[in-house]
Amino acid sequence: MSDIKQKVVEIIAEQAVLEPSDVKMESTLEDLGIDSLGLVESIFAIEEAFDIQVPFNANDPQESDFDISDVASIVAGVEKLVKEQNS
Amino acid sequence: MKRVVITGAGTINALGHDVAETLEAMREGRCGIAELDVRDADRLSVNIGAQVKGFSSEGLFNRQQMALYDRFTQFALVAAREAISQSGLTFAGELAHKTGAILGNSGGGMTTIDENYRSVYEEGKNRVHPFVVPKLMNNAAASHVSMEFNLKGPTFTVSSACASSNHAMAQAFQMVRTGMSPAMITGGSESMLCFGGVKAWEGMRVMSKSGCRPFSANRNGMVQGEGAGIFVFEELEHAKKRGAEILAEVVGFAMSSDASDIVMPSKQGAARAISGALKDARLNPEDVQYINAHGTGTAANDKTESAAVADVFGRHADEVMISSTKAMHGHLIGGTGAVELLACIMALRDGVVAPTINYEEPDPECALDVVPNEAREVQVEVALSNAFAFGGLNAVMALRRI
Repeated sequence: MSDIKQKVVEIIAEQAVLEPSDVKMESTLEDLGIDSLGLVESIFAIEEAFDIQVPFNANDPQESDFDISDVASIVAGVEKLVKEQNS
Repeated sequence: MKRVVITGAGTINALGHDVAETLEAMREGRCGIAELDVRDADRLSVNIGAQVKGFSSEGLFNRQQMALYDRFTQFALVAAREAISQSGLTFAGELAHKTGAILGNSGGGMTTIDENYRSVYEEGKNRVHPFVVPKLMNNAAASHVSMEFNLKGPTFTVSSACASSNHAMAQAFQMVRTGMSPAMITGGSESMLCFGGVKAWEGMRVMSKSGCRPFSANRNGMVQGEGAGIFVFEELEHAKKRGAEILAEVVGFAMSSDASDIVMPSKQGAARAISGALKDARLNPEDVQYINAHGTGTAANDKTESAAVADVFGRHADEVMISSTKAMHGHLIGGTGAVELLACIMALRDGVVAPTINYEEPDPECALDVVPNEAREVQVEVALSNAFAFGGLNAVMALRRI
């Protein structure tokens, strides 16, 4: 597991009060019991962990330039942002 | 039960430094939102707000007073001066003992907090000005209003986030209605447009970076404003006896708590407050022509509020006009209900309904007559003003033309 993936899973697991091993790539936030407040907290934690800015507006999660449909898409989004940050 | 009327109104906000300027801007559908002019704005990701421009405390307050007045207190005093001067009341003897100031406010002296945190944390200073506490306390504005006008009756601050002003005005209304006080000064003020204030709101991820578009399908969040709205609520016979000019009658209110989520609004909680205000005012839904919406421009509020209105008004929901003036003056948080009451007074007194500006795309989830983009001339007999706060706290006021 890449470091980024592992860290994102840890953050989501902490928010969901689950073990990281219980967070599957295909899990949705809803599956994990993360509500809108939990989501903005997770995004904050991700931003702090990777020193990135996640483009996310709670008014319009679908329109935001950051896919939160499942854990895999969040990991992919973070990987992209970290890559952009380093380039 | 006594009847309660409004005999004075005052304001300062992004649309104007007094009531006349503000109502003119509302009639014209002017927008007070612009690029934020605050220290370190380059470190903010939300760069717009409805700031009060061209305001200087020079000449309004002496040096000693300025050392004690945070911006939210200054706004409250400027608006109180206008309202009390319009009412023609002076407070002495029995009237002074019974009249107080109940004001809404959410953040307290945010500018004072911001500046002093900077000096101790960023600049490493170990000493702050001796007046930091009396400047930043939430009740500073109410206390200074009481001091300037010799109000010795019940005076305090109500803090229920975005519903603070409506809760405060409901309380003042109740005191006059029950005969406790012949008159009360009420309303609210807020000034959170400083670096720390905007930063805190940014964290919520509900702020728009582009503008406030209530009820519009392309809305993407709220925009903060600042300022104050202050009113004189007076017992009808007391006002008549002295020949006071009456702006409108306050006929009812209701408050409710969602008791469900700290930020997500509930349709049931909002609907209970709206229908409660109608019941308290002994009105039928068909009596209402205008609602000043809470209408923050967030995805969640506007659809929930529309659904609550549809529930309470049934078929009449299609007839009632509902507009959000926040698209013009921004969201004044603890002062917002007070400034929005002005739109209700304009509808009742001048027969002009303020528009929801920036309305670009209909949203099927907000399918009401939102008075899009242009003010409308209609004689309104009864108006409601909604406020639904974070924390699930709701307060709705009902007003009638007189």
